[in-house]
Amino acid sequence: MPAKGDRETVTYHPPSGHSSAKPSVTSRVIVIGAGCIGLSIAWRLAAAGSTVDIYDQGRAGGGATHAAAGMLAAAVETEPGEQALLPLTLDSQRRWPAFAAELEAYSGLPVDLRTDGTVQVALTRDDVEVLRSGFEFQRGLGLNVAWLTGAQVKEREPWLNPRAAAGVLGADDGQVDNRKLAVALKAAAVKAGARLHEGAAVETLSLTAGRVDGVVVDGALKPADVVVLAAGAWSRQLAGLPEGAVPPVRPVKGQMLALRMDAAQPLLRHVVWPPKCYLVPRLDGRLIVGATTEDKGWDDHLTAGGVLALLEAAWRALPGVEELPIEEMWVGHRPGSRDDAPILGPVPDVAGLVMATGHHRNGILLTPGTADLVADHIQTGRVDPLLAPFGIGRFQERHTNGMRP
Amino acid sequence: MAEDLFRIAGKAFTSRLFLGTAGYPNQQVFLDSLAASGAQVVTVSIRRVDMEGGAEGILDLVRDRAWLLPNTAGCATVKDAVLTAQLAREALDTNWIKLELIGDRETLYPDVEQLVTAAAQLVDDGFAVLPYCTDDPIVCRRLADVGCAAVMPLGSPIGTGLGILNPYNIEMICSRSTVPVILDAGVGTASDAALAMELGCDAVLLNTAVSKSTDPVRMAAAMGHAVAGGRLARLAGRIPKRTRAEASSPELGLIGG
Repeated sequence: MPAKGDRETVTYHPPSGHSSAKPSVTSRVIVIGAGCIGLSIAWRLAAAGSTVDIYDQGRAGGGATHAAAGMLAAAVETEPGEQALLPLTLDSQRRWPAFAAELEAYSGLPVDLRTDGTVQVALTRDDVEVLRSGFEFQRGLGLNVAWLTGAQVKEREPWLNPRAAAGVLGADDGQVDNRKLAVALKAAAVKAGARLHEGAAVETLSLTAGRVDGVVVDGALKPADVVVLAAGAWSRQLAGLPEGAVPPVRPVKGQMLALRMDAAQPLLRHVVWPPKCYLVPRLDGRLIVGATTEDKGWDDHLTAGGVLALLEAAWRALPGVEELPIEEMWVGHRPGSRDDAPILGPVPDVAGLVMATGHHRNGILLTPGTADLVADHIQTGRVDPLLAPFGIGRFQERHTNGMRP
Repeated sequence: MAEDLFRIAGKAFTSRLFLGTAGYPNQQVFLDSLAASGAQVVTVSIRRVDMEGGAEGILDLVRDRAWLLPNTAGCATVKDAVLTAQLAREALDTNWIKLELIGDRETLYPDVEQLVTAAAQLVDDGFAVLPYCTDDPIVCRRLADVGCAAVMPLGSPIGTGLGILNPYNIEMICSRSTVPVILDAGVGTASDAALAMELGCDAVLLNTAVSKSTDPVRMAAAMGHAVAGGRLARLAGRIPKRTRAEASSPELGLIGG
């Protein structure tokens, strides 16, 4: 891993021949942030022939990518108010099988993609009412969801609390092992020729006449034609962003834990969403229990209340968890945008700056779509219709209700 | 028509709807709901937000859009609630506090004994205290007597959406109260909010009915209309209920053969 001030040299390649107004395939790209989003964009661009440098203040894949659960649940995770995000999540979910196959072939590393469905489970009569309301909403959007009786739920997952009263199956939903994904993406990006700089914080974005000309790292300007801001929850902290280009992203704290099941005789085989938690069984026997959602800034403490809430919810749904060893507990920070949808694509009035941040709880799900669409934009200048609604320009001040304290 | 201002603790509002901030699909939906509702007071759980006031946190977004009413949600003891209120006052520069002292996690019912004690302490400490309480006229009177700026009786348990389960109590509380009465908790849909105002409440605080609606922004607008409509109906005065029909057109003096 290159340390600060290492031997790296920077040679400037002028944008090959034609006008620099549109970045070309051979342009120099700097990606800020080596999470699943930054790494996958870097992989795509480097594989297509761009010169790519990735800077991360910490380790590659060490932020929200590491903390996530890796659920791919475009159907059952859709809530009222998030309909606008649906075309993007469904598109990305459809891209996952081919993306995973390509990544595994390219990197030679597994990511354990499983599209064997996700079930939301109701335990009480009140839960059933809430579940049914969500089910009607999701069905109304044309999502592939099916109502399951309590018996059907228990047939699928026999260790669930016998009280399980009903369920909703999202047959197209599934999971990927996000930590394996990070390792594979890092290997793929490096293999494609991207240079990864870990422990290298970008100090500021460098602009000349309204155009990005690079970033400053360790006091030195690293020139670039395009800078991709993919720093997740840290994206707001990049110095040098003009007003209007500061993405409204905040850290949304989540506490999680992993239990150890017997891999040969697991308590749970598919992703299950009981009330107040989710349970993600891995092939190796890890059972991930997540997650709190806390607006606590950068607070990174595990709390008794957070862990209690998760374990209690898990135990109510799957009583057998009380026998399982706790293997790990951790805290992560989702990059939450103001509307929980990602901020993607070009930035008005800041040529050369491209956003790929604010994915909130959907970062893993949206990785293939973000990588393909953002890389395509950088290569062609085109803004795909799927990408267009997610520009930073959508955040504008709204009116107040006549109250200014 | 003269402007019908809602006055409480030295402030005046044109809207009589208070909106909670929890459980929305995302912050933008909340901000749009706030705008659609016309609400001017927003309540925020001090235990559950980033008090650093980090950019893009809920406090940061709400501060210039509405009057902040911090609450002590999640507090279970007098000590806890008093400390939380003091923390809120320091961080938010307001002496208003919505006092919540929850008896247990299953019912989320207020613990009345502790509530009165904590309210008295906070009033002595210079707070404008708005206590969330049971729909009990005696409890409401005690709270007013210790100096609370308003009382906030529940319509039904938090998050149930069951509406006003004991309208007679709410009406009795309103008719006897020496301080403003704000219905808090239990509102499920617009008619519940309108009923609260018709019964004589001065304002309504609600959260889940909007945040968990399929279309929160539209429900927020509905609540704004319902509270305003219920208030107008209350001021206008409802007709007495009768058991027999009475034609709305006069039957005497008709021209006939």
